[in-house]
Amino acid sequence: MEKLKIQIGNLEFQNPVMTASGTFGFGLEYEDFFDVQKLGAIIVKGTTGEKREGNPAPRMCETPMGMINAVGLQNKGVDYFCENTYHQIKHYKTNVIVNVSGSSIEEYVKVAEKINELEHIPAIELNISCPNVKKGGMGFGTDTKMAFEVVDSVRKIYKKHLIVKLSPNVTSIAEIAKAVESAGADSVSMINTVLGMAIDAEKRKPLLSTITAGLSGPAIKPIGLRCVYQTSKAIKIPIIGLGGITNATDAIEYILAGASAIQIGTQNFVNPSVGLEVIEGMKEYLDRHNISHIWDIRGII
Amino acid sequence: MKHCDNFVVSEKKFLNSTFFKLKLKAKENLPLIKAGQFVEVQVNSDSKVLLRRPISINDVDSQTNEISLIIQTVGQGTKELAKINEGEEINLVYPLGNGFNIEGENPLLVGGGVGIAPLLYLAKNFHAKGIKPKVLLGFRSQEQMIDLKEYEKYADVYISTQDGSVGSKGLVTENEIFTQSYDTIYTCGPTPMMRAISDYSLKNNIKCYASLENKMACGIGACLCCVQNTTEGHKCTCTEGPVFNVKDIIW
Repeated sequence: MEKLKIQIGNLEFQNPVMTASGTFGFGLEYEDFFDVQKLGAIIVKGTTGEKREGNPAPRMCETPMGMINAVGLQNKGVDYFCENTYHQIKHYKTNVIVNVSGSSIEEYVKVAEKINELEHIPAIELNISCPNVKKGGMGFGTDTKMAFEVVDSVRKIYKKHLIVKLSPNVTSIAEIAKAVESAGADSVSMINTVLGMAIDAEKRKPLLSTITAGLSGPAIKPIGLRCVYQTSKAIKIPIIGLGGITNATDAIEYILAGASAIQIGTQNFVNPSVGLEVIEGMKEYLDRHNISHIWDIRGII
Repeated sequence: MKHCDNFVVSEKKFLNSTFFKLKLKAKENLPLIKAGQFVEVQVNSDSKVLLRRPISINDVDSQTNEISLIIQTVGQGTKELAKINEGEEINLVYPLGNGFNIEGENPLLVGGGVGIAPLLYLAKNFHAKGIKPKVLLGFRSQEQMIDLKEYEKYADVYISTQDGSVGSKGLVTENEIFTQSYDTIYTCGPTPMMRAISDYSLKNNIKCYASLENKMACGIGACLCCVQNTTEGHKCTCTEGPVFNVKDIIW
């Protein structure tokens, strides 16, 4: 699989296929379906400074070729992760990356500092783009100054690979990407969910407890591709592309648009072994087109 | 151990105007399946419907390696599922959820609408232990009823309809069967019905388990979309349920 092997910053990946935070649990949930260590990376559920219960139900509704979720970063907190979950997944022979979230710069810094101490976590994905939390979250990712400040603060204390996950809910995602690049991010991942809404006309009520929430799934792939394309022309650090990938063809499209690697999100709910199928499908594509390495077609559009 | 496999539709039958039953044959031996567990059905890979549909298991035949499902056509996904033909394949992620524990010597099983589905396999499990449970099934009217011969094999069946067209008239909780005493109550159906059963059992100090039908995406505890509020905070209906002790549920 040399054709798929990549390096982003100081991090090596056996292939460019990762699973998106919040869609793959901690990897453990999918062990029955395939050997999750075959993935390039597993990005585990968003972790915050304290335990969070998340938003009230209903938290999910389906829309045409997509779903809207309002989970709101339900998690057991960074200390629980470090003391418990970490020990269940630290043996994985692939990159285990922790998605770090918060409501304040101090919280992001506190979580990043604690994760920095974990030997088998080679990177964090700083989530400045969650649309489902009242304070912080997407607020940091929709303003260039705030995005710079939070990444700058985390960069000062976090010594390993720093990925920053960006929101599409902005006028110019490239401007935000430039800000986090100048603050010292090693790479960016995009896109987080698109802010959306769903209404039950008969009941005349919103379908989600938070009224507006995050749209994901195939419906948002064109937006993700556009964001990767625009950003790849504006920054030098690598981009990890995501949004609506359901198969290897979708993944290749992201690489063509300028992504160095990809993440699979919502499709994990539909096809629990989609990650493995995308790895095999990407290899088949490269063989069929006689391409010697996946990056030979990166950003050629 | 969870599986993701194709099954062959060995039988498809409409039970009334909106309920249909699928008998699905596994290609290999079925794993052990508990009553109250469910499957996530893929609608159709060409469909515009994205997510799988969580459907409770109505019956299991470990001799023929068949699973039965009763599905009510409600939205786009179940309407597309209703178009599948015998001999075609369908993909399931299964078996999911905690399922019912077979407890008590004198149980009452109460189902409403399509929530009657998992009670057949539950009754069968009690019957195998030498207990013939009482099963109370509630329907809106005779039109919504299905043939209950299978249920009668394993249980004493009682019926309530809201309009009184069959059985006793009124809500299930108004059925005279509640004048008798039970040590355990199991329920699955519309939330107002389960809440009423929950209130009744808490008031009378009877152990009671409810199988919830919260909207779900992954079915395996990854997305945290289907949570139920409980005395211990949000719990995933898919992995920590769908069966909950009613004393833990905050409705």
